[in-house]
Amino acid sequence: MVSPEELKDRIENGLPGARANVTGDGRHFQAEVVSPEFIGRSRLEQHRMVYAVFGSELGDRIHALSLKTKTPEQP
Amino acid sequence: MSDEPTTLREAIEQAIAENEVLLFMKGTPEQPMCGFSARAVGALQALQAPFAAVDVLPDPRIRQELSAVSNWPTIPQLFVRGELVGGSDIILEMLESGELAKTLGVEQPEGLGTPEPAQPAPAPPMSIENRLG
Repeated sequence: MVSPEELKDRIENGLPGARANVTGDGRHFQAEVVSPEFIGRSRLEQHRMVYAVFGSELGDRIHALSLKTKTPEQP
Repeated sequence: MSDEPTTLREAIEQAIAENEVLLFMKGTPEQPMCGFSARAVGALQALQAPFAAVDVLPDPRIRQELSAVSNWPTIPQLFVRGELVGGSDIILEMLESGELAKTLGVEQPEGLGTPEPAQPAPAPPMSIENRLG
């Protein structure tokens, strides 16, 4: 079973300087991720960066991950 | 007319190139098989935007090949004029901010919030240009 804490740790370890807030029920998760690495990148690229942390686990072991990404400057 | 595609990947690339607004989804607009796909359909319907849809469920290879083409791991995926716009999170954020209407070249209805999944959209307040027409 995947825990929100596992996803939080992996996002924060996988993206330099990232802070993640993750909730979920073991299959469907919602993550809010703030990272300076997002600066200057489109929302599409920001989401790709988070998805890349999990690779093929997405849609499989992690059934669904809903994302909201922000740079540290964004409210 | 275009040539017949010879592979699944070519068929996907051709569909992306030939449809101005194309949604890859689980199920059909009339019967979405996943909440995320339903929300994506609801967003397009809220804007009264004409779109084509491809159901990825009948053959798992569609999803594999699509993700390889788009560099995007999840379904749904919205393409506008050949470019990936995003998945359901991005579609809904862009709907609320008005960016989606701008991208699609339609008017943002007044007082638009998050739409109910796949509900029939209300009548538009004014005539809306049909970009596929």
